[in-house]
Amino acid sequence: MENLSNYLVISSILFSLGLFGVVTRRNGVAVLMGIELILNAANLNFLAFARFGGMNMSGHVYALFVIVLAAAEAAVALAIIINIFNNFNTINIDDVSEMKQ
Amino acid sequence: MADITFWFISALTVISAFFVVSSKSLLYSAYSLLVTFLGVTALYVFLWADFLAVVQVVVYVGGILVLIIFGIMLTNKISSVNISHTSVQKRVGAVVVLGFFGALSYVMINTPWIQLPNSEPLETTRSIGRLLMIDYLLPFEAASFLLLGALIGATTLSRKDD
Repeated sequence: MENLSNYLVISSILFSLGLFGVVTRRNGVAVLMGIELILNAANLNFLAFARFGGMNMSGHVYALFVIVLAAAEAAVALAIIINIFNNFNTINIDDVSEMKQ
Repeated sequence: MADITFWFISALTVISAFFVVSSKSLLYSAYSLLVTFLGVTALYVFLWADFLAVVQVVVYVGGILVLIIFGIMLTNKISSVNISHTSVQKRVGAVVVLGFFGALSYVMINTPWIQLPNSEPLETTRSIGRLLMIDYLLPFEAASFLLLGALIGATTLSRKDD
């Protein structure tokens, strides 16, 4: 726990799993979950570098901004997914390839 | 003792994150995401980021996760029993992502990061507030505009046409 690379490896595992979810999942909500994992991995990196770089608080501020972005992104993405479901009656993002139905 | 706790929490986070991307049921994925978020919160505490840990619980667990579960409920028929979803091209995806992870962790471990001496801060909230109001005032205001835009945009997108 007093070692920077532990945190970095954990965050790269989280990032890779999130990327795996984004590229293999076909459900819109599941893709969104993958994106949340990626954002969490980025935050973990920010905070790890903040702590081991002499407790630099700028990293915390950046992590706060990432959380704000994640909240805004989740709200808008779910609105779009619900719209897709109302229009196409599916949220399989491979089936949604037309601009109009 | 702290070491054991750290490794236990790390293992919990990684395993639950694996369940998030591999579970057959969408609802199980959402509940595993809850465990992942809480594990990451505990890692924040290990990194002396107490304020960020609380924000993570409030925003992610209390906000985003509830929103995601709402999304699952609203985009599935109540009558359909299994809220399941499929994955495509799992093998190719796994190979590509494993290669990517190998490269990423190789860089992470082998780079000689500069580490400065640090000590546990007495308070983090005060310094975050100072930075937000002095050094990062413009991004702070921009974030407030972004949240306003997301609020209006999400409401406009999801309401029914009259």
